[in-house]
Amino acid sequence: MSVNWYLAVSGILFAIGLFGVFVRRNPLVLLLCLELLLSAGNLALLAFDRHHAQNDGSILAIIVMVVAACEVTVGLGIVVAMFRRGQAIDVDKTRELHG
Amino acid sequence: MSQVLFFVSAFFAIGGAIGVIALKNPFNSVLSLVVHLIALAMLFLLLHSEFVAAAQVVVYAGAVMVLYVFVSAYVGEEGETWTSGGRLQRLIAFLLAGGLAAEILISTLGAGLRGTADASDLPTLSAGFGSAAAIGELLLTKYLLAFEAASLLLLAAAIGAVLLARRRSDATVAEGPRVLSVHDLVSSAGTGSMTEGTRGTLAARGMEADRLAERRVAEINAAKARAAHKAEAEAAKAAAGSAPASNDDGGNA
Repeated sequence: MSVNWYLAVSGILFAIGLFGVFVRRNPLVLLLCLELLLSAGNLALLAFDRHHAQNDGSILAIIVMVVAACEVTVGLGIVVAMFRRGQAIDVDKTRELHG
Repeated sequence: MSQVLFFVSAFFAIGGAIGVIALKNPFNSVLSLVVHLIALAMLFLLLHSEFVAAAQVVVYAGAVMVLYVFVSAYVGEEGETWTSGGRLQRLIAFLLAGGLAAEILISTLGAGLRGTADASDLPTLSAGFGSAAAIGELLLTKYLLAFEAASLLLLAAAIGAVLLARRRSDATVAEGPRVLSVHDLVSSAGTGSMTEGTRGTLAARGMEADRLAERRVAEINAAKARAAHKAEAEAAKAAAGSAPASNDDGGNA
């Protein structure tokens, strides 16, 4: 099984995630689409890892997981704060950082 | 066998990804993402990255997805899907994403990247490839700086999440329910911020306000007393002018 097939799957996943970021407006789904983008990157990293028979890409993949976890905690915190303030859960209607 | 597994996993990974962006309810999107992540862990296993696959299942499909499920259940259902945007927006998004996908597919499956095209070129792996021991050793020797930076990032994110999610008991939301200010999220009473250094804590500010109110009441009382005294004096003068006989009366007063 050539590594190219994994890279192709990674590219398709990245494109799907990008499309979702463009068309969806719920910040929760936007965060999910960001997860899609990051995991597509992870797949490409591990594919090249296999190609070079080195573990360096795995380190980068784990760091990406950490970054994704941080993004999720802060992003979900902002979504919950928006919900508590009675704001619309819609990135098109949220236009100002300061009231 | 590995090819069959690859195609099944890739099918579920791509199907889960499409489900994330196509499903209307965010809760279903989250469940679709769980399918995607588990299929992706399967692909990681096929690439012999056992440790990353295990971390993917435990961290992502376990912990992070539970967080998503709770928040999507808390925020509730929003009737929005990918067709509810503008037609032009959808067209541009489709062109951009489709263009990117075509480009990557051409470069990987088509002409480019000759070096990775041949499956027989793949090097044989050493015994410890992708194991926790190999990754842990790299993480603590060659990539120590990245490891420390990641731990610092995790700490910052944890502090930020606590600040964002805490309940505010003071009356900083007096402007109205639709106002979200970064300053409100950051500053709180009794945390030793610079605002308190210049203006005092909330309690000190309250005491100051009490003192100001007392002073104002005292001023009003003094003004009232002065006005009453003046009126009395004028009345006495008038009485003295009309009837000099009541002089002793004024003297008494």
